[in-house]
Amino acid sequence: MSVPALELAGIHKHFGSVHALRGADFVLQAGELHALLGENGAGKTTLMRVAYGLVRPEAGRVLVNGVARVVPSPRTARRLGIGMVHQHSTSIPALTVAENVALSAGWPVRPGKLQDRVQALGEQVGLPLDPKAYAGRLTVALKQRLEIVKALASDARILLLDEPTSVLTPGESEDLLRVMRRFAQSGGAAVLITHKLDEALQVADRVTVLRQGQTVLSGVTSSLSQAPLAEAMLGQTAPGLITAPRRPAGSGESLIRAEALEVPRESGYGIAVRHASLLVTEGEIVGVAAVEGNGQRELLRAVAGRLLPLRGKLEVAKPIAFIPEDRTTEGLIPELSLAENVVLASDHGDPWLRRGRVDWRLAREHTAELLREYEVVASGPSAPAASLSGGNQQKLVLARELSRRPRVIVAENPTRGLDLRATMAIHSRLRDAAGQGAAVLVHCSDLDELLSLAERYVVVARGALLEVPPEASRYDIGELMVTGAR
Amino acid sequence: MAVVLGLAVLAAGLQLAGYNASEALGALWNGAFGSWYAISSATLVRSVPLIIIGLGIALAFRAGALNIGAEGQFYAGAIAATWVGLRLGAQPSWIAIPGVLVAAALAGAMWVALPIWLKLRFSVLEVISTLLLNFVAEALVSLMVQGPLQEHQHIYPQSDSIAAVARLPLLPGTRLHAGFLLALVGAVVLWYIFARTLWGFRLRAVGVSPRAAEISGRIDSRRMIALALAGSGALAGLAGGVEVSGVSYALFQNLSPGYGFSGIAVALLARLHPLGIIATGILLGALEAGASGMQRDAGVPAVAAYVVEAVVILVVLLVDTGRLVGQDRTPRTAEP
Repeated sequence: MSVPALELAGIHKHFGSVHALRGADFVLQAGELHALLGENGAGKTTLMRVAYGLVRPEAGRVLVNGVARVVPSPRTARRLGIGMVHQHSTSIPALTVAENVALSAGWPVRPGKLQDRVQALGEQVGLPLDPKAYAGRLTVALKQRLEIVKALASDARILLLDEPTSVLTPGESEDLLRVMRRFAQSGGAAVLITHKLDEALQVADRVTVLRQGQTVLSGVTSSLSQAPLAEAMLGQTAPGLITAPRRPAGSGESLIRAEALEVPRESGYGIAVRHASLLVTEGEIVGVAAVEGNGQRELLRAVAGRLLPLRGKLEVAKPIAFIPEDRTTEGLIPELSLAENVVLASDHGDPWLRRGRVDWRLAREHTAELLREYEVVASGPSAPAASLSGGNQQKLVLARELSRRPRVIVAENPTRGLDLRATMAIHSRLRDAAGQGAAVLVHCSDLDELLSLAERYVVVARGALLEVPPEASRYDIGELMVTGAR
Repeated sequence: MAVVLGLAVLAAGLQLAGYNASEALGALWNGAFGSWYAISSATLVRSVPLIIIGLGIALAFRAGALNIGAEGQFYAGAIAATWVGLRLGAQPSWIAIPGVLVAAALAGAMWVALPIWLKLRFSVLEVISTLLLNFVAEALVSLMVQGPLQEHQHIYPQSDSIAAVARLPLLPGTRLHAGFLLALVGAVVLWYIFARTLWGFRLRAVGVSPRAAEISGRIDSRRMIALALAGSGALAGLAGGVEVSGVSYALFQNLSPGYGFSGIAVALLARLHPLGIIATGILLGALEAGASGMQRDAGVPAVAAYVVEAVVILVVLLVDTGRLVGQDRTPRTAEP
């Protein structure tokens, strides 16, 4: 086999306490279109950022065209012929397309000539752009096109594209993938970061699957089908997590009832969930299985009352407990003390609130009780939340929300980044709450975890909510998540 | 520490410029603290608007809203106070004085209404909108004292004196007016709000993390920010009313020697702590009072004292920024 265009070997990287890459390997041959597949948080983007010099690995080697390299910055990466197209535009909105290309590639700025040159390049690679248009005025698809043209203008021979089709319509995606195919045929090499199984199989020559920071599969797409890929992506059932028994829809009092619900995207632009109907009764744990960005986040937030639906009927019993995915920016305020974080969710009627006054002594006592009851390791209720480990922060969020005796609990990735012990503690708390009659709606991006926690599932795929029949296998659910059809 | 450093810089500068530094510093001290009269009638009188504005700044900044327009809100309050003060001559004091102060506070709050609307509706940064309205307010004062509010002879660019009943009572033998008491009470009240009330706590939470506050499901961040800005404007307007009804008794241009900006320094020096603002307000009041004394007795231009003020602010900001930058270096959570 020829010398690979890019080789990453044994890459390790920690972010805080999270071991994001655990010896990941990746080999990219010249002339190929390579899909890098994995669940959200599997480390795909981080691995490519290592190659592009945005993330410095703690261990491992980077080889470009067979030569070991240190890539301390994107500048170095570009000199080595590596270009990256991020999910978000890195162009300067107030400059024109031509100026942005010149800025990125270091071309001299001579107005007429520059425009011709940029136009010629765009047409040559099959991604035409108006060089005089301002970057800020371009549509999302054209902004992405500009990013690619910028990379090619810097003579990139290796293109790393981070989820390029997630912002494109099907037609635009086809155009882009055709261009990438041509780029590969002309001797370049392109990496397509994606979590879409079908896309990887359709367009890529080879595919590498990452799972929890490790390379679990690498092969030629023509010899692979969806089943082994899904298996590699989602993994075997983790040891230590029990699989919850399946249950048909409950017959008790319904606590969450949604009919023909339509929810906007969190950004406010576009619609995330269409015509969703959902019924959750007391004592049920319903798992929402979905691949990131399919509308599950908006669905959960609408049910939790944190996002206003556009139309449809939504009845949710109160009080509602909400456990947001990101504990440091949404669940807690790290700068404030534990007691203050508990009071953050307080409302009139709590014993430590008296006619708009806060009795901080009582609030601290209550917090200390919560810390004991939920086994949160902390120096005391006056400690800043930032001083807690991730697992203990999450336990505090859970303690705060569950101590309010909610009838409905909505949890987004409640165990994200936690070790197995903390994960199991949080699972058992949620089960206890359901046992006491609460309706629990939970999403975990890890399908195995969801299967071990929930008793009934729904899938959200491309904004549509689908009921999963009780007899569906793990693979069926995975396929439903990916294709959105049975 | 910062104050000592500031004074040292001033002394060195004065020596270099050919003044007698010890004489100048002595005059500075005498002007601020040299006598009971200097303390009460110069230092404390000047500290009143600084403290009240500083409290308003703390209210806004604690909620994460950067109100840079206290100068304009101060003038809006002064205009309203003058207008009302000129018309309540027939009323008893217990109506006239509250009338003047309430009008001033309302005017100050109204002066931030536009920035609040722009911020909530179009996400216009309040830093810019409040700052720009300062110039509008100054122009409005100029218009008023040459137009509708000009004194009855139509000669000088200032208003008539407000009715005697609308003036704040003075401490006998001094020029210290009841506004000082108001400033102290205001500081205690604001401290209580921040430290002991749910509303104050939620306001602080919004200031630290509007997102987490909003997600908690119990706090309307936008409303809190709007209220904090309105309250901030009301306090700055009140300061303008107090200045008219306690010190100047009339409206004229340059009524404020930059109180609206010094007030920001007062609040930041106190780390936005309401009780600390009393101390930093008196400190900056003393510097301004001392500056006049220095000019009078040692012939040193009063602006020299602003050097001290500037050095004090810079030192404190440097210390603070050091801490902020340090915070920024804490490890971030993993980004997928």
